Amino acid sequence: MAERSFKKEVEKLRLGEGEEFRGEGILAVTKALLQAGVSYVGGYQGSPISHLMDVLADAEDIINELNIHFETSASEATAAAMLAASVNYPLRGAVTWKSTVGTNVASDALANVASGGVTGGALVIVGEDYGEGSSIMQERSHAFAMKSQMWLLDPRPNLTSIVNAVETGFELSEASNTPVMLELRIRACHVYGRFIARNNKIPDFKLQDAMENPNRDTSRIVLPPANYLHEHEKLKERWPAAIEFIKNRKLNEHLGAESGEIGIIAQGGLYNSLIRALELLGLSDEFGDASLPIYVMNVTYPVIDSEILDFMDGKKAVLLVEEGHPNYIEQEISLILRKAGCETVLNGKDIITDVGEYTSDVIKKGVEKFARANGFFGNSTFETAKFDPIDVPARPAGFCTGCPERPMFTAIQLVEKEIGKFHVSADIGCHLFSILPPFNIGNTTMGYGLGWAGASAFNKEAKKRTLSIMGDGGFWHNGLTSGVGNAVFNQTDNVLMIVDNNYSAATGGQDLLSSKGANEKRSTQHAIADAVRGVGVKWVREVRTYDLVDMHRTLLDAMTTKIKGPKVIVAQGECMLNRQRREKPLFNKNVKAGKRMVRDRFYVDGETCTGDHACIRMSGCPSLTLKENPNPLKTDPVAYVDNSCVGCGHCGEVAHAAVLCPSFSKVSLIYNPNFWDRFKSSIRSAVIGWLQKGVERKRLKRLKKAGLV
Amino acid sequence: MNRDRISIAIAALGGQGGGVLSNWIVELAEANGYIAQYTAIAGVAQRTGATIYAIELYPESKVLGKEPVLGLMPVSGDVDICIASELMEAGRAVNRGIVTPDRTTLITSDHRVFAIGEKESLGDGRFNADAVRNAISEAAKKLIIFDMDELAQKSGSVISSVLFGALAGSGTLPFERDKFEKTIKASNRAVDVNLAAFALGFDHAEGRNSGHEADEQKQGAPVSNFTSHVEKLPEEAQPIITYGLHRLVDYQDAGYAELYLNRIECFKDASAELITEIARYLALWMGYEDVIRVADLKTREERSNNIAAEIRAADRQIWYGHDYFHPRFEEFTDILPAGLGRSMGRSKLWRKILSPLFAKGRIIRPKTISGYILLRTVANLRFLRRHSYKYQCEEKRIVAWLDLVMKFNNNNPEAALELAKCPRLIKGYGETHERSINRFSRIMAYVENHEKEADLASKIIKLREAALMDDNGNTLKACLTNFNQVELNSDDGKNREFEWAGSS
Repeated sequence: MAERSFKKEVEKLRLGEGEEFRGEGILAVTKALLQAGVSYVGGYQGSPISHLMDVLADAEDIINELNIHFETSASEATAAAMLAASVNYPLRGAVTWKSTVGTNVASDALANVASGGVTGGALVIVGEDYGEGSSIMQERSHAFAMKSQMWLLDPRPNLTSIVNAVETGFELSEASNTPVMLELRIRACHVYGRFIARNNKIPDFKLQDAMENPNRDTSRIVLPPANYLHEHEKLKERWPAAIEFIKNRKLNEHLGAESGEIGIIAQGGLYNSLIRALELLGLSDEFGDASLPIYVMNVTYPVIDSEILDFMDGKKAVLLVEEGHPNYIEQEISLILRKAGCETVLNGKDIITDVGEYTSDVIKKGVEKFARANGFFGNSTFETAKFDPIDVPARPAGFCTGCPERPMFTAIQLVEKEIGKFHVSADIGCHLFSILPPFNIGNTTMGYGLGWAGASAFNKEAKKRTLSIMGDGGFWHNGLTSGVGNAVFNQTDNVLMIVDNNYSAATGGQDLLSSKGANEKRSTQHAIADAVRGVGVKWVREVRTYDLVDMHRTLLDAMTTKIKGPKVIVAQGECMLNRQRREKPLFNKNVKAGKRMVRDRFYVDGETCTGDHACIRMSGCPSLTLKENPNPLKTDPVAYVDNSCVGCGHCGEVAHAAVLCPSFSKVSLIYNPNFWDRFKSSIRSAVIGWLQKGVERKRLKRLKKAGLV
Repeated sequence: MNRDRISIAIAALGGQGGGVLSNWIVELAEANGYIAQYTAIAGVAQRTGATIYAIELYPESKVLGKEPVLGLMPVSGDVDICIASELMEAGRAVNRGIVTPDRTTLITSDHRVFAIGEKESLGDGRFNADAVRNAISEAAKKLIIFDMDELAQKSGSVISSVLFGALAGSGTLPFERDKFEKTIKASNRAVDVNLAAFALGFDHAEGRNSGHEADEQKQGAPVSNFTSHVEKLPEEAQPIITYGLHRLVDYQDAGYAELYLNRIECFKDASAELITEIARYLALWMGYEDVIRVADLKTREERSNNIAAEIRAADRQIWYGHDYFHPRFEEFTDILPAGLGRSMGRSKLWRKILSPLFAKGRIIRPKTISGYILLRTVANLRFLRRHSYKYQCEEKRIVAWLDLVMKFNNNNPEAALELAKCPRLIKGYGETHERSINRFSRIMAYVENHEKEADLASKIIKLREAALMDDNGNTLKACLTNFNQVELNSDDGKNREFEWAGSS
């Protein structure tokens, strides 16, 4: 797998009955899957669930011992379709991805599996990337649960609750023949905590049993007339079964005070933030012993009518803490109250903000308003000290130091200087950072692998072509068909540039079909260019991104050539993050072992730097930064390369290609020089040193003559 | 509010080791009888963005049968310790409300990691650090601030170790120093350098070595031949004039420096402020950069020493510089004798014949004998400089600029002062130089044509700022249009003969 090893984490998967597990939330989920006797696991990597897959990829021994099949699916749709194994057989299976984007991709297969229903427990673990730091559109997975009728778990964000949710999720799925979604917010995925482990379980019914004794039931297949019956089944059989299970097993919790005039209903995942808000308002202690009754919905779909009405009973008002828009739960509870003629006032997004993440600060404000309206607090206030906002710079995400994608966008800048601005259809991946300063390149992005599809309307004779960008991850996910195949079939004349950096870099450096490194467990080294030619593109160029001259020339050619038809540039350069992860320890080891090694890094002459920072506007490298001007007459800071430079060479290429000031110098440091190095160096320094002394003497003489020394 | 929990927030940038620091704190706490929980949002923030790590600690001895409910994000008014790995991040933490004067100890490094918005400015886009220092000291209950990056570099470690040391030294956690050190040792990675960095952080946070070392005062070179002249000029301008003289002798010769001084003396009756600015920009302009100067600087021993220090080469380590040059045909004609340079520069034929020589950038290695001799040969062309084409062009502009400043100084001294500051726009070599000269010229032309304009000085300031806004000059263009300036031909900048002086 990727360059990062998870061997240490893998050991945690072996913990047995009664032992304490300490680690990250998503790793606890992985362990819970093994405890639940899962037979197969699939998924598509992406924050915040990447670790689940990365760890399993490194846990081959355990997986084999437990007879589990784990695979890195080609896409979320592939992963969801994997759940088909649980339709006819009592096999427990789990799939995972980043939501809602991954659920969007998976929804075709999900709808099918939800319609036919399952025999074995089917769990969909969605890492909800919502709120601060999110890189995707702000939507809710809740809608998918509702539309396909899958149950949605949203457990309290502590490891014990999360692990229990995995295990009861399988049971719920089996009891109601329905796939279950387990929603984990990003912080819960990354939370470090502890729980008491149980033994891993080898399932009685094996994948081999199913393969060798296949079982067929046409009533599980979405085709008339079974599909009409599925709808009936969903409502009349699976739904009541689920309600029964959730109530009997008390999956939703009554916490805090036994009773009270007012109460709070909250999604399980928001429980900790709610308790902190209550604590700061003096309504709870540090252990969650709240003075208001709280109904915690660890299952947010379906809503259990009777539990809601019981909780409402005798209360003047209830506050619903539900994150995200639309307010599906609030709508549903309102309907329940209305139908039952219940008089209790339901507050929700009318009191707490209706947009954005429900942080403790936000919840605190809402609860305070709610409680105050119901006669709490008297004159006490809970304001914290406020200050005038301090002027601080924004820190948009950017390419890493030495990133091979940087030269691609510098090349676009150079070509734009020559032929003017053109339309750029961007994709999903690290390369999307081109949208941000300093490049400011890219007009739209329509989803993973959809870079070229996003430009497909612009298929008319025009004076300028459009350029689309796609990463290798997106390319193998669906871009080969939805973008390249589509462009060939519809005879586009536009240009696609594919980033070929050897990894699915943005999601953590996982391997993919075109990875250059050999991988024992996966088949790699399938060239993107071959695939592109295979679907019929004639104009294909492979370029090394760091060669800016070639990069620039090739792009200019693609944008202006008289040759008609789809044009694809495969821009190659290994992800620097992964390369450094591999090479740096090796380099240090070799230096220690006394081997001759050369390290390159860049340097800027402060004296000759113009202080115009054009080099920065064409790069944005974190290691290319500013320092005070060494010339006291000048006030503008000069460019400066800090010690994190990895010597990728881009600064020099830019200085040449864009004819910048002659301030850049690549410095090669020699470690453990050999005899020849030392010999050359001693001759050179002797000669140059002697010459330098002469020049310096003359310079000093000049200054002395003017009386300036 | 009395409580047993300790809430910690760490504000760091991607790659600064915020995760390592969080792990250390968790391990430290767990080893010393505390329950620890931490969480962070990595993802996009990993790539140069700002990240917040939230850590909560709770003493096991206070857990009586039930687990405390720990938070997943820092909350306003609830954070005991906030650790920031960079000055602006400390400011951002205050903006987020997680530093409050009733509770929070703020431990922050004083150094800057510039954001892209600051770096990409055509001039100086850096945010005001002093304003942030003042504001955060008001917001925190206790502030521990020093340059931790410098200490990290000094010890060959990373900033997270210094921060860990500062946390220990702050005395805000109920653990002794050796417990912290034990955590570092247990990690088994780069233990020695991390401990050294930790110790530096600890001492500084405790208040030892906390005094700011006085900035080294740059000594102006003593003045002798020129002293009597310089002394007659305003005192505040003298250091700059002296520096300028020194620089121009170094650049050319004593005669050239005398010309500089004479030109300043023409303004001897003007305000001290004007003389200072004239002295500053005249020195820079007269010491314009050409290939001769660049070659000279690149071959100095002093430069070698500077590089060795900056790249942290070990003592006697062998290293070579590969210097990137891309002289164009123009840089070549620039240093030719004026007449020849002008006619060749205008000749399309010559341009074509010589174009292969300038098509590609070249790399020269000044630490090889051939590289050194090549550069030195160019540097030795210094004696031809004052006859060169470029010299003539610059002289013409300089004289015109000085005349204009002089003219305004008599009836509009505010405008004269702003005019004097305009050469700040003129930068560099090649295209950058052409672009900046073009912008400078547009402003000069505007001023010439609007002598009687009200608030001319403030308009010049606006134009100067607009000129530094973007690469393509749109902001300046818009600003000029706004001031009802007749549009200049956008090709003017490409025409090497373009002179603003006298244009209408």
